[in-house]
Amino acid sequence: MANVLVCIKRVPGSSGQVLLTGDSMSIDARHVGHTLSPHEECAIEAAVQIAGDTGGAATVLTLGPEGALEQLREALAVGVSSAVHLVTADGGSGDSGDAHGPADVAAAIADVARRREAAGEGFDLILLGNDAADTGDFQVGVRLAYLLARPVVTGARTVAVDGSGPAAVATVIGDGPAGTEEFQLPLPAVVTVKEGEITPRYPSIPGRLKAKKAPVEVIEAPAPVQGTARRALVLPPEHPSTVQILGTDKDTGAAAAAVVDVLHTIGVVTR
Amino acid sequence: MSTSATTVLVLVEAEPEEMSTLSLEALTFARALAEPAGATVHALVVGDLPANGAGELSSHGAQVVHQVSDPRLAAYSAAAWASCVVDAIGAQSPAVVLAPASPRGNEVIAHVAARLDLRMAANVTEVISAQVQDASTGDAALVVRRQVMGGAVLEELDLVGSPALFTMAGHAVEHTTVESPAPAQVIATAPISLSAADLVAAVRRTVPVASSGTDLTRARVVVGGGRGVGGADQFDELIALAGRLGGALGVSRVVTSLGWRPHHEQVGQTGSRITPDVYLACGISGAIQHWAGCSSAKTIIAVNTDPEAPMVTKANYAVVGDLHQVVPAISSELDARHH
Repeated sequence: MANVLVCIKRVPGSSGQVLLTGDSMSIDARHVGHTLSPHEECAIEAAVQIAGDTGGAATVLTLGPEGALEQLREALAVGVSSAVHLVTADGGSGDSGDAHGPADVAAAIADVARRREAAGEGFDLILLGNDAADTGDFQVGVRLAYLLARPVVTGARTVAVDGSGPAAVATVIGDGPAGTEEFQLPLPAVVTVKEGEITPRYPSIPGRLKAKKAPVEVIEAPAPVQGTARRALVLPPEHPSTVQILGTDKDTGAAAAAVVDVLHTIGVVTR
Repeated sequence: MSTSATTVLVLVEAEPEEMSTLSLEALTFARALAEPAGATVHALVVGDLPANGAGELSSHGAQVVHQVSDPRLAAYSAAAWASCVVDAIGAQSPAVVLAPASPRGNEVIAHVAARLDLRMAANVTEVISAQVQDASTGDAALVVRRQVMGGAVLEELDLVGSPALFTMAGHAVEHTTVESPAPAQVIATAPISLSAADLVAAVRRTVPVASSGTDLTRARVVVGGGRGVGGADQFDELIALAGRLGGALGVSRVVTSLGWRPHHEQVGQTGSRITPDVYLACGISGAIQHWAGCSSAKTIIAVNTDPEAPMVTKANYAVVGDLHQVVPAISSELDARHH
């Protein structure tokens, strides 16, 4: 029986044009909305599968503004049984609307994990996304593992738990520079998940109804200590389009000939 | 970084035949950072160097190479590598420690940051100011610029603490060699603080990936397909063209999400970052997520029915039209010229 905690983040959508707030300290998500990081969708699915396979339970946690309840509900709708919401004040320099830096987030999660452990409800496995789609810090999971003195592997393509009690191990498959790498971690452990092999399920209607009633523990997030150290966000300079139109499908032959001329000029076609 | 004793330490990664490209970029960047301050560039490698590894490191600016060897380091473990970096920090007191923003680089530097309770900045593209004082503590800080939102936005932040720890975004600089480099001093060392706990999360086994053609991240030509391809059974023309050009097929996230093609072919923020000489992007609108993975292509040719698609407006060249007409025509044209 493995109790799994999956940590997620509410991030601005990336399907439209990125705009900054007036003070250049955050991303203005008014027009693009908010979503989950893709890696975390896979982490949620892994948590639900492991909890199901082992007869354990999956809990979802986020540190974020009140609106992040929406992302917790998404996880609850696909089989996570309870949620913890570390609520932050809106406004600040983080992109999810707060001023917590990666060390602060790790410390806040560690507090929850320790408190649960003291109550006899510890987490055997803590899953996170490999990196948040917005701030891309690549470090919350590793910092959390050190705070809890647990082994950690990042960038997992799949995670499975075998055995129970002190013999329980997590088998992690990831991509290394020379091929597919396998790790086996004694539990409790921390693993960060990457999009790829795990396919997130879609919420069912009963799942959505259940999510509305699922318990959400709401806690005020501890104040940031390290913060983000952000000075400002800047948008890379927009270069005016210099595209040269080589043709259209009204004269496909001429367009194709122009493309091949370019390939010759670049040198990728030599003969 | 004001005294000549200051060092910049670069964690580099060795591949079987050569040093990784991102490592050479990180060295190039470190050199530019060190030179004005009169600092020395040190490279740290865990495990074996390829045959000409020391030569490559020297020619890219490493003055000293620390090579850490131990049988316990045979299988990769991020914690073990981090213990080696922490050893080197203790011995050299570098002002700056950086690594390529590869999966290994980001992972190891995160471990180092956690061990030393230091800040870490991932995917740095630029050091804006080499030395400032943190207003509240008086501590030294580097002001860096780094990629967030998959590179669609840059964040400027104060990297307070010593050493300054960061990873270098891929292809933020082109790697260049030093004119008449002196051979680096190679110092073979043994790990000092490596413990059994550092080996718990070590790789147990590695299964080489069966190569199904040209490696996407190294391909000189990538032919890309997006939603506009239309279906899982509609990729033959793109695959044929990629093969004809000795290149690889790359796809957008929507293509893998729909299950049309496997994830390992994905180009983008959550897939591969490609650096080909030419990227032929077919039926791809060019969303931020995708652009994050393809913007380092030297030349982009877009094929799209929508002349206003970001992929078209950001491309160097474009054909406005249906890829299912244009792509076979390009293959035919190549055949006609080269048979």
